[in-house]
Amino acid sequence: MIHLRKTLRATTALLLTGVVSLALACSPARDGATTTSSGAATGGVVRLQGAGATFPNPLYQKWLSEYGKTNANAQIDYQSVGSGAGIKQIQEQTIDFGGTDKPMNDEELKKAPGELLHIPTVLGAVVVTYNLQGVTETLSFSPDVLTDIFLGKITKWNDARIKADNATINLPDAPITVVHRSDGSGTTAVFTDYLSKVSPEWKEKVSTGVSVSWPTGQGGKGNEGVTAQVKAQPNTIGYVELAYAEQNKLPIARLKNKAGQFVTPTLDAVTAAAAESLAATPEDMRVSITDAAGASAYPIASYTYILVYKDQKDAAKGKALVDFLWWAVHDGERYTKDLLYAPLPAEVVRRVETKLNSVTSGGKALRSAQ
Amino acid sequence: MANPTPTLPTPTSAYGASSRAWSWRRTLSPTGNMGDAVFRALLFGSAFVLLLIFGAMIAAIASNSVPSMRAFGFGFLTSQVWSPIRGEFGALPFIYGTVMSSLIALVISVPLSLGVAVFLVEQAPRRLARPVTFLVELLAAIPSVVFGLWGIFVLAPFLREHIQPPLANWFGWLPLFQGTVTGIGLLTGGIILAIMITPIISAVVRDVLAAVPMSQREAALALGATKWETTRVVLANGGPGIAGAIILGLGRAIGETMAVTMLIGNRPQISLSLFEPSYTIASVLANEFTEASDELYLSALIQLGLILFLVTFVINAAARLLVWSVTRGTSGTARA
Amino acid sequence: MSASVQSADTKRRAVSAVMTTLTAACALFAVTMLVLILGYIAIRGIGSLNLQFLIDTPKPIGEGGGIGNAILGSLVLLALASIIGLPLGIATGIYLAEFGSGKFAGIVRFIADTLTGVPSIVVGVFVYTIIVLPMKHFSALAGGIALAVIMIPIVARTTEEMIRLVPASLREGALALGAPQWRVTMGVVLPAAASGIATGAMLAVARVSGETAPLLFTALNYKFFNFYLDEPIASLTVQIYNYSISPYEEWHSLAWAATLVLMAQILVINIIVRFFTRKRF
Repeated sequence: MIHLRKTLRATTALLLTGVVSLALACSPARDGATTTSSGAATGGVVRLQGAGATFPNPLYQKWLSEYGKTNANAQIDYQSVGSGAGIKQIQEQTIDFGGTDKPMNDEELKKAPGELLHIPTVLGAVVVTYNLQGVTETLSFSPDVLTDIFLGKITKWNDARIKADNATINLPDAPITVVHRSDGSGTTAVFTDYLSKVSPEWKEKVSTGVSVSWPTGQGGKGNEGVTAQVKAQPNTIGYVELAYAEQNKLPIARLKNKAGQFVTPTLDAVTAAAAESLAATPEDMRVSITDAAGASAYPIASYTYILVYKDQKDAAKGKALVDFLWWAVHDGERYTKDLLYAPLPAEVVRRVETKLNSVTSGGKALRSAQ
Repeated sequence: MANPTPTLPTPTSAYGASSRAWSWRRTLSPTGNMGDAVFRALLFGSAFVLLLIFGAMIAAIASNSVPSMRAFGFGFLTSQVWSPIRGEFGALPFIYGTVMSSLIALVISVPLSLGVAVFLVEQAPRRLARPVTFLVELLAAIPSVVFGLWGIFVLAPFLREHIQPPLANWFGWLPLFQGTVTGIGLLTGGIILAIMITPIISAVVRDVLAAVPMSQREAALALGATKWETTRVVLANGGPGIAGAIILGLGRAIGETMAVTMLIGNRPQISLSLFEPSYTIASVLANEFTEASDELYLSALIQLGLILFLVTFVINAAARLLVWSVTRGTSGTARA
Repeated sequence: MSASVQSADTKRRAVSAVMTTLTAACALFAVTMLVLILGYIAIRGIGSLNLQFLIDTPKPIGEGGGIGNAILGSLVLLALASIIGLPLGIATGIYLAEFGSGKFAGIVRFIADTLTGVPSIVVGVFVYTIIVLPMKHFSALAGGIALAVIMIPIVARTTEEMIRLVPASLREGALALGAPQWRVTMGVVLPAAASGIATGAMLAVARVSGETAPLLFTALNYKFFNFYLDEPIASLTVQIYNYSISPYEEWHSLAWAATLVLMAQILVINIIVRFFTRKRF
């Protein structure tokens, strides 16, 4: 019975401590301003929460770290949970800004309680990678050959059509194993968007989207899953973000672009794709730049966006956000190349400036023309 | 004058009006003890919270499945097509994958876990039992992401090079072992699940066996039983507990997401071959839920979640029925 | 002894010997698996394990960084989940064991069994819908609740099984001494079943410590230290997940190192709990 009393006392004490600390921690007394999403202005420190696309995550982390060094009063966090989640969360206003690789369509924009702006931040490329035994040279693919491989119509590596683009390379007589994504992703959306543009058959049979029914091949989870499977199995071909192929020292294929040139996905080629597409880029920047015109453009390139509400509920947070984004598209662009992201062309930066200047809170513009 | 015969206090007079009126205290506790009443109320309340959680979950899932149920009806359960672009969805490949991978996991894990538990309780010297118990429980602490990664880098290549080719050579005439050997597929998914649920089952069974009174063992030995025969008696004693342990492990296997997603190939197809890729309900939810954008797609995924509940129901009911039919005659746990 | 009895005897002995070897082999196999997996994690991760790693916050690629905030965050989430989940789970388990013969108890037991099979992502989405959306915040509290929801059925069922194993004589003895039922359960039965209940609790703790999916929908993650329960909070599992799906070898080895830290964390908790619930008689 002595046991029991001690245990009861201990348990009650523990529970009380727990309840009290919970109460203290949740107490709203610490922030004065009401907020609709996380963070608050507490004695000058503004907390912002962002979430979304995984593709630009390493760059955003670098940006936030560098920006934080000179702006200690802005505590900004970004988590990579996927473009779809980024879009959903900004619609629900559980975060302050969202990240997405593919632009939102009209239906999704309607679901948001306010007008959402698409701010392009950086460019990326989806590359075709492969693992071919005995072949060390870089392969080249024409759009129709690539499509037919992924459709399952070309099944052997030494097929005549592949040979036609790679006349000097000794291709083995081996079956092609296609590796695609098993999870929904912006990478798949960009890749299938390109294939739909270059092949009416693909557009009809498979079409484009974050998640499609692949006619052939095995699925890997995430860019890293596809990378691992291509690396580990011989005679495979797959598509991944540029950084994954580079970091894992996988071969990267050259693709024939719209102008008929075989292009390697260098960062300049990607920026060229964006620059060449500017004429067709609408005001709200929601555009697909795959299969771009121009001799040096890489055909499978895409923007990645940050989504912000045009009318910010909290002026302090809105200002911090807009200031950060201004810094990102100007000073931030110098960090892009080292991390294998392609910087925005100058004209696009100008368009972003206009957009950022239009962000308001309570009717007043947050950035007085600077 | 003699003492008047003491009258026994009648309940009504001794306890007053409260004895006739209805009271919380008496309803909750037959003895009318306040402590008992509070105790019972608290415990009942906790059980009720569990019920509430379950109810809320089912309500949320069911209400969000309605669009999909309206669109596909019962055909959802029998269709094998899963095409988000065309808006056609069917659950059969996922049900198959979930059931098969859990079955493989149980077939491998149950004998293994029972063996481990028996070893730790009946045979190992105390010095050895303690650290080994610890080590086996440590397996339960590994995050499922890490299991998945280990599977991709170690298990899958190992299976592809050393296990699957011999299986294909010797047993290739069985449809179970036909098809291309890639290391990623239903078999690999089942094996990683088996490794993940073994610590759960063996930890619980170990405690169950340890709680069987020594008198049972002593009685068996006194009758001349060998070590193994004594163990059989102990196992029979722990029957219901062992069944509970297996159901717990099964629960983990059905709901496991990360590790399975990385190793099962993620192809919605039904194939008799264990080498072929497959797809479980938990995996497809993990893969496609965050990116699903349109109403019907989301609703179909949520309906898959509902079906998972149903599958778990059915398997649990079947397991309980099995245990009940086997232990019907015996008295259950021994009384010391 | 007659010949037939003798041969039957030898046969039984042989069977016993074979089975003993088999069970020892099973244990050896299980331990080998653990050593293989642990060894692999250690080899991949030990290189990145140092003091800086344990106290720093995550940094951009190429600048190192650490998991200090994630370690704290995981402990906070685990504490929240345990404060909510353990009492509820144990109480439900006691209910099922003590008053478990009725229809209601049968339903609760069945539901608990079913809930152990819910994929953690479903729990995550569920808690997201009922807590994160109304709050319009991701929060550590939501994360703790999601983990608690996963813990409760596991703890309830194992507690019930362990209490059922307590010999009736203990209970009858206490009752005979005049103790009310609640005293019997709390003072006699629970301490007797303590180590078994601890096993269940530790299994649940180990399980939720390794969960990623529910946290992605509730607590998100955070790259600074966080001390408020209604804000997103970092966690080891989400950080491990993020590092392991990145393209960088450096971040991969950080993921393995973080796994070692996670397992050490669970090991320490396990040791502490086992110490306090060891059988004293």
